[in-house]
Amino acid sequence: MSDRDLSHQFETLEQQALASSLGIWVFLATEVLFFGGLFLLYTVYRIKYPAAFMESSKLMDIKLGVINTAILLTSSLTMALAVHSAEEGEKKQATLRWLFLTMFLGIVFLGIKGIEYHHKFVEHLVPGPDFVLESINQQQAQIFFGLYFAMTGLHALHMIIGLGVLSVMGGMTWMGKFTKAYSNPIHVAGLYWHFVDVLWIFLFPLLYLIGNR
Amino acid sequence: MTTSAQAKNYITNDYHVWSWVATRDHKRIALMYLVAITSFFFLGGLAALAMRLQLLTPHTELVQAETYNKLFTLHGVTMVFFFLIPGIPAVLGNFLLPLMLGSRDLAFPRLNLASFYVYLLGASFTLAAAVLGGVDTGWTFYTPYSSTYSNTHVITMGIGIFITGFSSILTGLNFIVTTHTMRAPGLTWFRLPLFVWALYATSLIIVLGTPVIAVTLLLLILERGFHMGIFDPALGGDPLLFQHLFWFYSHPAVYIMVLPSMGVVSELIPCFARKRIFGYNFIAFSSLAIAILGFFVWGHHMFISGQSLYAGLIFSFLSFLVAIPSAVKVFNWTATLYKGRIYLRTPMLYALGFIGLFTIGGLTGIMLACLGLDAHVHDTYFIIAHFHYIMVGGTIMAYLGGIHFWWPKISGKLYPEFWGKLSAMIVFVGFNLTFFPQFILGYLGMPRRISTYPPEFQVFNVMSTAGATILGVGYLMPFIYLIWSLRYGKDAGPNPWNATGLEWTTASPPPTENFAEVPTVSEEAYDYRSRPEIGNV
Amino acid sequence: MGNVPFFPVQASTMAPQVDALFAFLMAITAFFSLLIALLIVVLVIRYHHKTDADRQGANNSHLVLELVWTGIPLGIVMVVFVWGADVFYRMKTVPPNALQIYVVGKQWMWKIQHPEGQREINELHVPVGQPIELTMISEDVVHDFAVPAFRMKEDVLPGRYTHQWFEATKVGEYHLFCDQYCGTLHSGMTGRVTVMEPKDFANWLAHWTRPSGVMTSSGAELFQRMACATCHLPSGAGRGPSLTGLYGKTVTLQDGRTITADDTYIRESILKPAAKIVRGISLSCHRFKTSWMSKA
Repeated sequence: MSDRDLSHQFETLEQQALASSLGIWVFLATEVLFFGGLFLLYTVYRIKYPAAFMESSKLMDIKLGVINTAILLTSSLTMALAVHSAEEGEKKQATLRWLFLTMFLGIVFLGIKGIEYHHKFVEHLVPGPDFVLESINQQQAQIFFGLYFAMTGLHALHMIIGLGVLSVMGGMTWMGKFTKAYSNPIHVAGLYWHFVDVLWIFLFPLLYLIGNR
Repeated sequence: MTTSAQAKNYITNDYHVWSWVATRDHKRIALMYLVAITSFFFLGGLAALAMRLQLLTPHTELVQAETYNKLFTLHGVTMVFFFLIPGIPAVLGNFLLPLMLGSRDLAFPRLNLASFYVYLLGASFTLAAAVLGGVDTGWTFYTPYSSTYSNTHVITMGIGIFITGFSSILTGLNFIVTTHTMRAPGLTWFRLPLFVWALYATSLIIVLGTPVIAVTLLLLILERGFHMGIFDPALGGDPLLFQHLFWFYSHPAVYIMVLPSMGVVSELIPCFARKRIFGYNFIAFSSLAIAILGFFVWGHHMFISGQSLYAGLIFSFLSFLVAIPSAVKVFNWTATLYKGRIYLRTPMLYALGFIGLFTIGGLTGIMLACLGLDAHVHDTYFIIAHFHYIMVGGTIMAYLGGIHFWWPKISGKLYPEFWGKLSAMIVFVGFNLTFFPQFILGYLGMPRRISTYPPEFQVFNVMSTAGATILGVGYLMPFIYLIWSLRYGKDAGPNPWNATGLEWTTASPPPTENFAEVPTVSEEAYDYRSRPEIGNV
Repeated sequence: MGNVPFFPVQASTMAPQVDALFAFLMAITAFFSLLIALLIVVLVIRYHHKTDADRQGANNSHLVLELVWTGIPLGIVMVVFVWGADVFYRMKTVPPNALQIYVVGKQWMWKIQHPEGQREINELHVPVGQPIELTMISEDVVHDFAVPAFRMKEDVLPGRYTHQWFEATKVGEYHLFCDQYCGTLHSGMTGRVTVMEPKDFANWLAHWTRPSGVMTSSGAELFQRMACATCHLPSGAGRGPSLTGLYGKTVTLQDGRTITADDTYIRESILKPAAKIVRGISLSCHRFKTSWMSKA
């Protein structure tokens, strides 16, 4: 059983687990640098146009934002529970339940995000020729909204990829792949999901909460 | 009696095309990369040749101004993103890292294959942009020209480079994890070949730096598509912001290009001086120092960009610091020759040429780190000469040295030594004739990226073009005789150089699984004292 | 062939300072390059495998040596840093009595304005021995105003002013280049800096006039001076269409309308190039603001 789980380039399961853990941490480091560029841009323009940024932030739907934050935080909990039950081994049903719940919450998050995007589209707040905003400096507000769409859009893309990864984890769980000795794929998936959650925890206040609320 | 050519090796293992297309063998992936990057090298070289022909006279009408601008953009993009950055890591690194570590493959073989296909996908977009009419922004894509004014296929090419960046990131990730977790028993960090240290330091830069150029290109694409306004002052943006983001990666990128080549030289010198390398620890740590310091100097590309004087001072100071570890390497390599037993084979000629030319290139870098001098030579041919001394006189020479050195291991064949030496010398002469006059032109004030120039610059331009043709011949020759050797070369045997290193303990070419059984290491690296004679070559 | 320069002329107060720095760096470069090259040659010859030189006692590390060849280069580069920073600081510190001249860069020409209103295109006349401060801005992309003879350059940015100063020390004519790639005719964005004796310069200033005289000849002069001719080549091979024989012709516009190229059309096309574009012309040149043209 354990031989089948061991890829040919590794000598032991421990070596394999160590490699995959290190791999995901290095990958998450690249993601930090990737989003870091966007956060840098946000910082520069917020310092440059503080009033426009605050006014634009007030136009965000804070209710939906709070709901989404709660949903994502909960999904991290369910993900951690899924990883935990997989690592215990022999708990297929429990693991599957937690995984489905995580995915469900992820889909709800994306749905709410879609509703928000739709609102922005209808209100002419998408940067480009259609952008219309009365009281705030148009150019500066467009920068805010451009960053809003870029950052949340990339975040959403990462969530969609995460849902794909979780489906694969669901498949592997269903096939009984995870045992006490071998559970690193789901551990890796968990780390990725937590990262996407942490990212949102930074995005939410910076985009939704900087107006005088 | 079974010769290594008759036993199954990684090439002869399976002849089906699918076994190559879907391979997970790092050695096959390395060969596929070799074909790809060689193609891009010749494409970039053709662009360079066209440019040099245009520059033969002050007002040649070989190409229109717009075409010339597309040519230098294509040259920069192909050479930087599709040849030099993948270059040594994707070819020699992929092939040798598992062998040098005594392992069967990299940590993530499927990810390695994915890296290659991502590279091909990025290459397709880039070539599409070129075929559709090209891009005329220069490989540096400065805004607002690239975001608002250029009428060319910036988005397509931007997508291509963006995608290729992920190929690079995945390779770097693979190398880091492999080096940490898959060393053979007894192979401690300080027994590793210095090429491994070089690849490790390079991989650190790759994983931390490349994401930034990725997001920068993404933002450029969004800016061009949606006019967000982040890089165009007419819309409230800041062009210097683009420059900072761009150079934050693109400066460390030059260390991605040069560190692996230094690693190759660190392998060649001990072997061909039959002596343990001098100052192993210092060379290993200098690679890390370059990787770390290299992230803090990007502003030296922007001294006269409108950047503040104080930022300039800091970047200048740090740029001087980053030069020191490279100097340390040069001294250590030279010291290795002392009391050695030196064989001037082709790889050694390239390695020695590297040391000389890299020294000149590096010292001209000191000139550029110097604020008072950079103002005069910035954006002139002086800069072009400087970075070609490092990239071509340095990296490409080391790359060729490495290809020749490991050619027997990769192919099982020996290259013809006479032609190897001859091409090395032609490359050396051609290179210097091409690029030395450009230092003079730059100090005289000839700007970069121009297709016509004042008449008094002609003599040096003619010299440079003459050198370029010689250099081209020098590059064509290995291309021809290396392919020739695949069919007609002598069989190499497992260790024709009598070199140290685990890669030489297995057959040439190696079997797919690299080693029949996992080796154990009990010696320090470069134990040439116990094997003073070079092999039967 | 004439005389081929190996080294640029020194025509400003900063030039000798920059060249002195360069000479020092060249000396270091030459010294270390030759040192390494010589060492390599000597060692390769002496320790070639065919010689029987003494190879006993070779060691592989030597801490003191490492510290020496780390420390000495470090010391040298620190000297270079301080010296270079000092020269740069002087380049950035504008003398108090500098004459102000304004530079506007646009694709692909330089527009220069003197404090009393004299204007030049791709030319800059200055007096010798007088500090000059250039206040520069771009109308479109990033350019760079570079005069190698003065050893100076600075990027010219859209949306923000940048500054540089010089004091010319030698009467003569010197190249002006654009040193930041800025698009199709970047190569052609060159000019000439003319340094004159103070009284010649005063003379030049006094006799600079707006164009006047016969309409067609002043128009022709304007066409050349405002660099319309840079793009609107008579052969049609330039960036813009040839305007030869245009007056009175019938032209087809992009939207299919046909109109006559009369006075109104020509004036409108000069002031607002994007208003009526002839079929077959791409828009790249139609971004410049032409408010100055209305004053001509």
